[in-house]
Amino acid sequence: MANARISRTRLTFVHVALIIYTIIALFPVVLTIMNSFKTRNDIFRSPLTPPLPSTFSLTGYNTVLGQGDFIGYFQNSLIVTVASIFCVLLFGAMAAFALSEYRFRGNLLMGLYLALGIMIPIRLGTIGILQEMVALNLVNTLVSLVLVYTAQGLPLAVFILSEFMRTVSDDLKSAGRIDGLSEYAIFFRLVLPLVRPAMATVAVFTMIPIWNDLWFPLILAPGEKTKTVTLGAQTFIGQFVTDWNAVLSALSLAIFPVLVLYVLFSRQLIRGITAGAVK
Amino acid sequence: MQGEQMESDVAMPRRQPIRWHIAVFLAPAVLVYTAIMILPLGGTLFLSFYKEVQGVEVFVGLDNFRTLFGNERWAADFWNALKNNVIFFIIHMLVQNPIGVALAALLSIPKLRFAGFYRTAIFLPTLLSFVIVGFIWKLILSPIWGVTPYLLSLVELKFLFAPWLGKPGSALIAVSLISVWQYVGIPMMLIYAALLNIPDEVLEAAECDGITGWSQFWKIKLPLILPSIGIISILTFVGNFNAFDLIYTVQGALAGPDGSTDILGTLLYRTFFGFQLQLGDRTMGATIATVMFLIILAGVSLYLFGIQRRMRRYQF
Repeated sequence: MANARISRTRLTFVHVALIIYTIIALFPVVLTIMNSFKTRNDIFRSPLTPPLPSTFSLTGYNTVLGQGDFIGYFQNSLIVTVASIFCVLLFGAMAAFALSEYRFRGNLLMGLYLALGIMIPIRLGTIGILQEMVALNLVNTLVSLVLVYTAQGLPLAVFILSEFMRTVSDDLKSAGRIDGLSEYAIFFRLVLPLVRPAMATVAVFTMIPIWNDLWFPLILAPGEKTKTVTLGAQTFIGQFVTDWNAVLSALSLAIFPVLVLYVLFSRQLIRGITAGAVK
Repeated sequence: MQGEQMESDVAMPRRQPIRWHIAVFLAPAVLVYTAIMILPLGGTLFLSFYKEVQGVEVFVGLDNFRTLFGNERWAADFWNALKNNVIFFIIHMLVQNPIGVALAALLSIPKLRFAGFYRTAIFLPTLLSFVIVGFIWKLILSPIWGVTPYLLSLVELKFLFAPWLGKPGSALIAVSLISVWQYVGIPMMLIYAALLNIPDEVLEAAECDGITGWSQFWKIKLPLILPSIGIISILTFVGNFNAFDLIYTVQGALAGPDGSTDILGTLLYRTFFGFQLQLGDRTMGATIATVMFLIILAGVSLYLFGIQRRMRRYQF
């Protein structure tokens, strides 16, 4: 019945429109990756053809891996992202449990206080954050980034997780209490496993802005040893502007992990954003 | 101790004097959030009332704001950045959100083939960092590489080509459109979810009344997804008035050419950290951050108290 509503020509138009936009969305990415594997001459002579055996070249990748410490940058990004997600999930889930499970004075106020950060960007406090990190002697350390990203991710995490925890059945928790479980055991052993899907959504939402952030690495940890991939690519490309092979390869290397993760987790991510509406 | 708490929790849930576990559950989140987000933000707002004179911070009231709005050098930069930021936001509202809604409307056609593929592909740019996106587009739009003029020549429009990013008249539009390209996925996804949540009965009822296709979209679906359009508008607003990375990557800290792409985020960065010969100025930086805070707060309050409350919610 659904298909009968829409005539065949109409449907063709719909597909044409969507295909055109898909090309617009993918073209720049494909173009970059394609040309990163070509010789310098061919990048300019025929940018739109894929690398052929005669035009294939890895010069760019050699320059990037030889000159920049990309492996180190990846490690830094990975450490910062994983540590921040861990803290956001653990602290966020604990706070969400306290807010959704117990009635206590100031509950609503505490919820609103934590929700402030969903709308007000943490960047506006950068000047204060930098002062604080200088005072704590944490400038140019990965710890400073982990702390900032944890604070940045918490408000949304608490909000989403407490919505979910309200749906966990009270009977289960009462049963746990009767069996003599402590409140901590109820949280860690009964509730946490049940909200795992929500935790995955929060993890993905938290991960993307952290991995891609340029502002805080630039300000809090610009040193060579603590550079993240985003900042590393930014400075590297800035130095090699005229070496097109190197620039294209550096970009492809920066795209690659995101692409792999997206292919693996796109379903979960999209389901998270559309909150179960995708059938 | 834990056992004791548990027992009394069950027996008389509200008469327990201090339930320590609540504090333990809340403490880490509240501490980190307060220490890293709220206090520095408060400190920054506070600092905007001070001026550094010979290494000592002196209270100057609203002087910094007077300088920012009125002083010849500061005011020119500030109003320019604010104006550009408003244009940046308007372009997002006029291009990004309508395209997002249109794509969502197409994707939500029932039993559309390849819908999953389109959805995944169109959302991809949103995941890339501004740095990647900025550099890719810088290369593509570069006259040296010639990809854009070549593509335009295929549709006989080569005469339109200009180094858009390098001309003061078009640079801001070009940068805004790059940002639109990257972020179209977000309105698309949120509206798509809203459209899927419209119950079939409503649409079937509309069909029985002969309302289909375009008029169904305008008369039935659009009013039902208005709350989601409100959400994407406020998300766009907050994101745009706090943007920095893309402009910094594409046009540098100076936001050239000639300051034509300077927005509040880049102005804040330059003011606070200094660039080239100009030294960083902490208190003026704090002042700009405070103005940005007030703008975002005003937008969010307008949304929460003015728009969201008046919107009719339909319960199914």
